[in-house]
Amino acid sequence: MKAFLKYREIWLFAAIVVLIGLISTRFPAFADPGNLRQVFNDTSILMILALGQMVVILTRSIDLSMASNLCFTGMVVAMLNAAHPAIPIPLLIVIALAVGLVLGAINGLLVWRLNIPSIVVTLGTLTIYRGATFVLSGGAWVNADKMSPDFIGFQRAAFLGIPVLSWIAILVIGLFFVLMTRTALGRSIYAIGVNPTASVYAGIDVGRTKFIVFCISGMIGGLSGYLWISRYVIASVEVANGYELNIIAACVIGGISIAGGIGSVGGAVLGALFLGIISNALPVINISPFWQMAISGSAIILAVVLNARGERQQGRIILRKVEAVT
Amino acid sequence: MTDIPAPRHIPDRLDKPLRSAIFSWEALLVVVAVAIFAINSFASPYFLDPYSLSDLTFNFTEKGLIAFAMALLIISGEIDLSVAAIIALASTMMGMAVQAGAGTPVLVLIGIVVGLGCGAFNGLLVTRLGLPSIVVTIGTMSLFRGIAFIILGDQAYKGYPSSFAFFGQGYVWWVVSFELVLFLIAAVVYWFLLHRTSFGRRVFAIGNNPVAAQFSGVRVGRTKFILFCLTGLMSGIASVLITSRLGSTRPSIAQGYELEVITMVVLGGVSILGGAGSILGVVLAAFIMGLVTFGLGLLNVPGIVMSIFIGLLLIIVIALPIVWRRLRGGR
Repeated sequence: MKAFLKYREIWLFAAIVVLIGLISTRFPAFADPGNLRQVFNDTSILMILALGQMVVILTRSIDLSMASNLCFTGMVVAMLNAAHPAIPIPLLIVIALAVGLVLGAINGLLVWRLNIPSIVVTLGTLTIYRGATFVLSGGAWVNADKMSPDFIGFQRAAFLGIPVLSWIAILVIGLFFVLMTRTALGRSIYAIGVNPTASVYAGIDVGRTKFIVFCISGMIGGLSGYLWISRYVIASVEVANGYELNIIAACVIGGISIAGGIGSVGGAVLGALFLGIISNALPVINISPFWQMAISGSAIILAVVLNARGERQQGRIILRKVEAVT
Repeated sequence: MTDIPAPRHIPDRLDKPLRSAIFSWEALLVVVAVAIFAINSFASPYFLDPYSLSDLTFNFTEKGLIAFAMALLIISGEIDLSVAAIIALASTMMGMAVQAGAGTPVLVLIGIVVGLGCGAFNGLLVTRLGLPSIVVTIGTMSLFRGIAFIILGDQAYKGYPSSFAFFGQGYVWWVVSFELVLFLIAAVVYWFLLHRTSFGRRVFAIGNNPVAAQFSGVRVGRTKFILFCLTGLMSGIASVLITSRLGSTRPSIAQGYELEVITMVVLGGVSILGGAGSILGVVLAAFIMGLVTFGLGLLNVPGIVMSIFIGLLLIIVIALPIVWRRLRGGR
């Protein structure tokens, strides 16, 4: 039973290995550890975002506003940095987390207090947050030459041979792993997704948990805002436009059920890696990047088909460990 | 959109016909529309002009056409995020046909057939394999637009025949555009389909309880398949209109339309959980979105800021009845 639980992640991992193998037949240097480290680093932001989206989807909700949140928070920290280069980077990251938290809490409050379906709320805030970025910046861009060297350099600095950005991703993965497997909150999140009604009877405050989940995805959006802007060194209204669907796609490929309750940290990470490898490999093996959308679209459909099979066989039970104990 | 049906929202008018006629969603939308119309006519001297009002209709007719079919789809508990990508793919195919020297009737046919084909593909994936539509259509959205990108790259197709321009730029009578006429005809057709036929009743039944509908003899899969085909068809028609209006095809055509169409449907009072909604509401919501974007456009408000107003409008209009009920101590 326990081996079965890991089924999906193992298969996804195998698919990624095969993918890397196929790519390296055309371009051997792709499978080089140095290059794979680079791919991991390139995919870090998507992995972080996918984890934030995962906790929302697990509760049967969805957060379409993550990319807009990223855009807004990124603009806030970029403008702060341009105006006051003396603000230390760790403080900026805290500010990014706080701004993201506020935006996420707005989503969460609307879902919790007014009971509006999350897809409607975040469809609204998706446009509001991006519009707010325009109002904040007046439509202007913040370019690389206005950002301080620290702002750009922080995530690129190598620590033990790995860039800080990758370390941040590893840290976030670790935190989410602990959250989802070792805490009551993580267990509540799964429980709500599997059966919201039963969760209420089990004493879980469904509304409040959803609020917390949106706060988490908001903070992740905010953190990614700083990471994105300092990585691509330009802050504009167009940043990450339409990226919300890439994030959801990473989750879907990672085996997170859009109907809630099924999914794991490993799945989300691998799903993001899968998309990251595709986008990194296409130019290397001389396929036009214009193919990227079609390939990831096919991958999503394929993943959904496989997931649906798996879900039908397994039923909708996720807390198997608990079952085994009792 | 979830496999286990959440508690469904049953329309109020079933319980209290008279009171709900006055406090109905449509009444609320009419009030909002009149208010925005009044604000617009005070805010800009150019607003109350037949030609300017006619321009206004282009802001919503294309998306509105898709919104009708999308409304039925959402009422049945499904969703289609790929509509804008279908527009892009159909437009690309029309562009290829133009390069091969096709005439206007062939172009229209291609637009419609490609739209229908894409819709049928979505429908097959959802109904035959029993997949959640939200992820299927996220996938086909990337797939359809991806194909457009593969074919077009960073190019654009131009050289549409002059007779083709009628669909997106032509007027039937004085200031009444062809697009508006098509929109109104579609509104009547979809109103009849949803509110006056047994097919429409089945759509509501599926949205309220797919399992019960199945047991009552409704062919849930087939009905949903037809709805996906309809959404694809309307996207194909919209693609003809947009391509004709712009006179060119780029792979990024109609980017982001899917969310605007869904906003229109939800603003129109269609429950995103399925089972409730009306075509009149969608028509009013389309008008409101047209009024807001056009009015703000006259005031030189940039497009991205307009989207704040659309987003706020969506949340406020949805939240209003809920807050109202709370304040009156309903719960």
